[in-house]
Amino acid sequence: MNMIQAINSALDVSMERDEGIVVLGEDVGYFGGVFKATEGLQKRYGKTRVFDTPISECGIIGVAVGMATYGLRPVPEIQFADYIYPALDQLVSEAARLRYRSAGEYTAPITVRTPFGGGIFGGQTHSQSPEGIFTHVAGLKTVIPSNPYDAKGLLIAAIEDNDPVIFFEPKRIYNGPFDGHYDRPVAPWSRFPESAVPTGHYRIELGKAKVVREGADVTILCYGTMVHVAKGVVEESGVDAEIVDLRTLVPLDIETVAASVKKTGRCVVVHEATKTAGYGAELSALVQEHCFHWLEAPVQRVTGWDTPYPHSLEWAYFPGPVRLTQALKRVMQD
Amino acid sequence: MTGRNLPPLSLHVPEPSFRPGDEADYSSFPMPVAGAVRRPEIGAAPAEMRDLAYDMVRVLDPEGVAQGPWDPRLSSETLLKMLRSMALTRAFDERLYRAQRQGKTSFYMKCTGEEATSIAAAHALDYDDMCFPSYRQQGLLIARDWPIVDMINQIYSNRADRLKGRQMPIMYSVRDANFFSISGNLTTQYPQAVGWAMASAARGDTRIAAAWCGEGSTAEGDFHSAMTFAAVYRAPVILNVINNQWAISSFSGFAGAEATTFAARAIGYGIAGLRVDGNDALAVYAATQWAADRARSNHGPTLIEHFTYRAEGHSTSDDPTKYRSADEGTKWPLGDPIARLKKHVIGLGIWDEDRHAAMDREVAEQVKAAQREAEKNGVLHDGLKQSFDPMFEDVFETMPWHLEEQREQMLEERKAAGI
Repeated sequence: MNMIQAINSALDVSMERDEGIVVLGEDVGYFGGVFKATEGLQKRYGKTRVFDTPISECGIIGVAVGMATYGLRPVPEIQFADYIYPALDQLVSEAARLRYRSAGEYTAPITVRTPFGGGIFGGQTHSQSPEGIFTHVAGLKTVIPSNPYDAKGLLIAAIEDNDPVIFFEPKRIYNGPFDGHYDRPVAPWSRFPESAVPTGHYRIELGKAKVVREGADVTILCYGTMVHVAKGVVEESGVDAEIVDLRTLVPLDIETVAASVKKTGRCVVVHEATKTAGYGAELSALVQEHCFHWLEAPVQRVTGWDTPYPHSLEWAYFPGPVRLTQALKRVMQD
Repeated sequence: MTGRNLPPLSLHVPEPSFRPGDEADYSSFPMPVAGAVRRPEIGAAPAEMRDLAYDMVRVLDPEGVAQGPWDPRLSSETLLKMLRSMALTRAFDERLYRAQRQGKTSFYMKCTGEEATSIAAAHALDYDDMCFPSYRQQGLLIARDWPIVDMINQIYSNRADRLKGRQMPIMYSVRDANFFSISGNLTTQYPQAVGWAMASAARGDTRIAAAWCGEGSTAEGDFHSAMTFAAVYRAPVILNVINNQWAISSFSGFAGAEATTFAARAIGYGIAGLRVDGNDALAVYAATQWAADRARSNHGPTLIEHFTYRAEGHSTSDDPTKYRSADEGTKWPLGDPIARLKKHVIGLGIWDEDRHAAMDREVAEQVKAAQREAEKNGVLHDGLKQSFDPMFEDVFETMPWHLEEQREQMLEERKAAGI
């Protein structure tokens, strides 16, 4: 399976097991989603469980919170993460705080699926990575898979979780892993072992990172598309880096992160979002707090620039192999 | 400049009719006649009742006699129960307002003059219908006979506060009374109520939802999202707009009242819209009952504008004498909801002045007793408030490491401070 198929399978398996799961969003019903992630679900589970919505992100999330209050388990889709801002108040002030403010009387177990990230010539309105905004909010979980196997297991776990989860789907790797070389053809997922996705039910626990490559010299902390960029760079540069795919940003698997940095003594964090006050800043601070005495060089951040995502200069913005290679050199020099 | 010989444009900024120092004069207020508005069948198409969004449903005439097709013909028992709940709400507000002034809590909000909009509505709904209130619907809990000592514990954020001292005073949450957790962010409860109603419909339930917001907050995006979703899915929901004329210091003109009515917001969405005299408990009851029957029969949502008046300030942090005429409230042409219902039941021969005076004393005593009871659990500033332990609970279902770490840090901090 590719990532889209894995996500579709996660929804299918979950909906079959739990009648309370409903899928809503723009174009998710009859059409099956602009990326086809919800294809066939309406036919299988009916219009009252899988339905199209008005183009109103605030409405989609607000309604989902209300449905969750009733006792359902909604999985709303925001078609592009760039469009999530009209729904921000419902996510930040409502879904995130409902359990706390009502002392557990009401909860909002919703899983917001949303494709994010650049590399598809989507310009500034189809390319953003707003994960940092959500990791800053108390009460929200933030999950980002990097391959089909993880996408299915993590999505099932997110849907079954009793807290609100923002599930970011790195759309650049929906159909195949992307190493950041935009001028080379991308191989389909079918050529990679992560495409071996079981058809049945399985979960990948939230809050558990995965060491995708063991190494001795430097730790690369990454998630989503950047896992594949890191893998490509490590292969090409010959640096013996340990690559940690975080998979869940909140709650973060600090044990795996700290163990890896203590082992290697060096750390580079990579993400596509803008640099200032991004999630990389949080990772750098955590590494400093937990591993200061083991560090042999300052933590390096490899990120998008602090500008909106420019359409024509997309590849100058994207934190690709050159930027990461330079950061690895810097961190290894010290 | 274009160089063309055109008059300069001018920007219209709304201004209320009366400001401090002005004498309020409602002689030009078109007083709608009680009983004059028709009552459509509950299944009528929204397009066939557009007039009802501009007119005003009134039942009680100036003599307190029920008139016309909207008379809900309530039993004596229901009428007196509503009257008592309204009196109790007013007594509750009086006492808790004073408690805030005495420093027992940080904040309070009265609903004086608006009691009918919650209490009559609550009586027309079923107990298991789900309410998504704003912050001035304490009457819903009182009408549902929720213990007022529990409400006071919340206001004091004391150790018996079920919300563990996490919410501002009056931001109740009572799942057992089908009363949703109140948000300070305006109108967020509107799409949530619609979602709850959609879920109820999707599951073939029989329960409906009702939401309340103020006229000022109809300007929020959430209001319009909710209206769209309610219309599209014909959600079994009642959307109440409490038009109490003032959003803190901004009069209703800043929410669009100069151009149209709030009930007329319904028309553009293809929703049934009713404009109701919000100080007429019978009209509020009748409109709510009509909307509830309509929702329960799968005819979809109704928007009800309750035309009322905020007789007091916005909250304890507000001074209304700074922005509105001092006699506006007393001259409000639609009167006081309790006085009007009282006149009605006295006219029916089921009530009298003596019994009313006795009831006022009883409800005052009831609130006083509840307050004493609540104060045994402490007030906000006296050190008897919530235990610190649950501060980090309920952020997530289970506490992740970073919150554990911060909890430990807080406990060490308190130890170091000798607390």
